[in-house]
Amino acid sequence: MLAKRIIPCLDVADGMTVKGVNFLNLRSAGDPVELGKRYSEEGADELVYLDINASYEHRTTFVELVRRVAQSVSIPFTVGGGIGSVADVDRLLNNGADKVSVNSAAINRPQLIDDLAKHFGSQVCVVAIDARFTGGEWVCYLKGGRVATDRKLQEWAHEAQERGAGEILFTSMDHDGTKNGYACDALASLHDSLQIPVIASGGCGSAAHVAQVFAQGKADAAIAASVFHFGEITIPALKQYLKSQGVAVRL
Amino acid sequence: MGSTVIIKYNAGNVFSVECALRRVGVEAVVTDDVERICRARRVIFPGVGEASSAMAYLREHELDSVITSLRCPVLGICIGMQLLCRHSQEGDTDCLGIFDVPVKRFDNTAAPSLKIPQMGWNTVSIPDGSFLPRECDGRYVYYVHSYYAPICADTAAVTDYIQPYSAALHKDNFYATQFHPEKSGSVGEIVLKKFLEL
Repeated sequence: MLAKRIIPCLDVADGMTVKGVNFLNLRSAGDPVELGKRYSEEGADELVYLDINASYEHRTTFVELVRRVAQSVSIPFTVGGGIGSVADVDRLLNNGADKVSVNSAAINRPQLIDDLAKHFGSQVCVVAIDARFTGGEWVCYLKGGRVATDRKLQEWAHEAQERGAGEILFTSMDHDGTKNGYACDALASLHDSLQIPVIASGGCGSAAHVAQVFAQGKADAAIAASVFHFGEITIPALKQYLKSQGVAVRL
Repeated sequence: MGSTVIIKYNAGNVFSVECALRRVGVEAVVTDDVERICRARRVIFPGVGEASSAMAYLREHELDSVITSLRCPVLGICIGMQLLCRHSQEGDTDCLGIFDVPVKRFDNTAAPSLKIPQMGWNTVSIPDGSFLPRECDGRYVYYVHSYYAPICADTAAVTDYIQPYSAALHKDNFYATQFHPEKSGSVGEIVLKKFLEL
């Protein structure tokens, strides 16, 4: 049986350090490669690395980081942040990334999804959608949730699928950072209407939230960041708990 | 003793395989040079991509006849495995024909909640006599694919997704896995080490 995936997300600044990490007794917590390796050894199913200040001058250091991750980590990883062209993706894949996540650039120029699917295959192309529940509907946002668009979650997720996205990574801006649980209703309706896998992000505060996002939210994978980075939940304990709740996990 | 060669072609993820081999202590040569491929002690035929364009590239570079004439141990991975089969439904493509089995697209009509592609970790069942180590039986390995090889005479391991299918194939000196050992953590490393001992 296909396992539900647990995916730690690492926000990387300057291609060098992971932001928002506070591991006790972990000297190299800030090193994205060491941290990724540690999560991989603990049983993470994939990793996501987001370049949070993807400016031109930082591009090269991020690509170097991707190369080092590929050399050190034996599980799949996705990279995102500031990806806007086939050439960007080509460089990241050649340096060992398995998938890329596109967000603002895809909303601004949806053809990017078609181009990536055609050049590299759908499995490479994760479309990340940040949305907020506003005026009775889920509205998509750009720039990490700072700029509203006229796109709606369902409609945009479907267009992305039709254009060749391999997965949808949905972050609820309303839930992100609250630690009150994921946006299970919106996730379940995405699952029911899409053919491609849905990755849930935003709101994880406990192991029970992860069990909920699989049972009620019907998600194929769950992303969490701070609960892992601060050691509030360890991946082995989380997976044991999920198994006890009847969730198929890789142990 | 010759080297371990990874065939370089237009179907992706060569660097990931190179890194995985390095982690198990083997420095592989990545090349599309016919001479070097023919002299290799072992050949890995990896891949992430689309069947018809990959086959067209192999024919254009005359790698198709080189691969089928190899007598050393050959490991096909993912699309590399599918290209070693007789035919692929992807792009209605005639393939290399080592394994006499047609590659088909998953059909989830009867199970719409099972998404296509299969993306993620699934368990592998290893029958007696398989080239895959017994210790991998029942363990999780990493898959990304929309097409599969049905169970056939060459099946060397089975995974169940929508229906049971060939997780691995083996015939003579040709070995193949639908899953990605280079991305399957410690289980994948066991599989790679086993191939490197053949």
